[in-house]
This record gives sequence, C-alpha cells and structure tokens, in this order.
Amino acid sequence: MTIDWNAFTPWSALAGGALIGLATALLLVANGRIAGISGILGGLLARQPGETGWRLAFTLGLLGGPTLWLLFRDLPPIRIEAGLPVLVAAGLLVGIGTRYGSGCTSGHGVCGLSRLSPRSLVATLCFMGAGFVTVFVVRHLLGA
Amino acid sequence: MNKTTITAFVAGLIFGLGLLLSQMANPEKVLAFLDLAGNWDPSLALVMVGAIAVGLPVFAWAKGRQQSLLGEALELPSSNAIDRPLVVGSLLFGAGWGLAGFCPGPAVVATGAGELKAVVFTVAMLAGMTAFRLFRRQAQPA
Repeated sequence: MTIDWNAFTPWSALAGGALIGLATALLLVANGRIAGISGILGGLLARQPGETGWRLAFTLGLLGGPTLWLLFRDLPPIRIEAGLPVLVAAGLLVGIGTRYGSGCTSGHGVCGLSRLSPRSLVATLCFMGAGFVTVFVVRHLLGA
Repeated sequence: MNKTTITAFVAGLIFGLGLLLSQMANPEKVLAFLDLAGNWDPSLALVMVGAIAVGLPVFAWAKGRQQSLLGEALELPSSNAIDRPLVVGSLLFGAGWGLAGFCPGPAVVATGAGELKAVVFTVAMLAGMTAFRLFRRQAQPA
C-alpha cells in the first residue's frame, strides 16, 4: 500500500462529515427520524402513510444541495468512470443490498455507529469489506 | 407547510452540501479510498470521523426520549439482530458501492448536480429497491 498524500483532503473531509452529522442531528432532534438515505428512498417507494411528506422533503433537499452550492461557488468534481452496464449492475446491487441489509453508509455507518449499535457496526464492516474487495478484484485482478 | 417538512428539507440540503464538500459524492474519490492496494487516498475515513463526532452526543441525548423537539415520535431502530439479511445485504451493497463508487446519498446528490450517469445509477438503485420490496411481499404475504 502507498498513500496518495497529494490527493489527501483531510479538512474538507472532516468538515463535510461534520455537516453530514449536523444534518443527521437536525433530522433526529426536530423530526425524530434517522437520516438513512436508503431507508428514506425505500420508504418513499413503499408510500407508508404519514411518512411520505418528510421523506420527500429530505430527498428534495438532497437533490437541491448542488443548486444551493452553485450559488456560492463552482461544484467540486464528480467523476464517474463506470460505463452504463456497470452503473446499472451496481445500482441494482446497492438498491437490493441496502434494503435487504436495512441500511447504507448513512443509516448504518453514520447513524448506527453514532448510536454505538453492534448491528450497524457489523453491517458497516461488511459493506466496507465488500467495497475494498470489489475494488481490489476490479482494479488489480481484472486490471480494469 | 408544517415545521417538520421544513426541517426535513433543510436537513436534506445540509446533508447534500456535506456530501459535496467531503467529496463523498465524487465516485473517483470514493474508489481511491476503497483501493487499499493502489495509491490509497485515506480522506474519506475522516468523513465518518467528522459525522460521528457530531452524531455521538446527539444520539446519546435522544436515547430514552420519546419525542423530538417538534413533538414527533422519536423512532430509533429497535432491531439488534445480527442475522443473514444484515450480512448478505450489506455485502451486496458493498459490492455495488465498489463497482461504481456510489452509495445512495451521493447518487441522489450527483443526480441533483445533473450528472446523467448518476441518474442511470439512481434509477437502477430505485428499481432494485422496488424489486426487493415486491419479492419480499410475495415471499411473506402480509
């Protein structure tokens, strides 16, 4: 392993993380709900009575984030190397996996670890581990 | 419009700004973080550190409370089960994350930034969620 210090952006990562934590805190303190994105999207699709309004509002906020950002400065780079077939396969895996596993990076990662939940710790280790292995296979074994 | 709709919208906005600032919404950065055997960029580990540093005290405050400050029922997850769905689902999710570099939040934010490839990923993700829901409903009739 070599560390790419030139690409290391500790302060924006910490500050961005703190904003994510702040958003999570606001939704919890004001709405009493967990900011788990896969749960929010999955719940929207399932149209549970009484839970659609806040989920829709949160999702619209997420979608509007880049527009708000653009009022002040240019968007940071969003570089997507994957081709369309890979994007479709990855999207399906993420959609099915997050619902089957009841959470993603936000619900299990941020919220679950903040709650000191052993269940979420196991989930986080599983998806991080699978992410590391997948990138290793794709980049170093298949050489893509 | 009631207060909880507004706070949810603002929370979504702030969440989106955090994903942009941290570069979690940039798949190239995510894949560089997941590439331990390559030229590793450890930055995104600090996103989790920053988020949990804020989250810890707030979730500690919420523990045992029944209501949010706006009077909503405070709903914390009740399951403690470490079971097959949790593990298999999370492994599948991680594989998809490692393939494209997108997890759900960043995919929505990149969609909001007008990235067509993010739209493709997001539509596939929503299709996967729907397929799973229909399959589960068929497997366990309510």
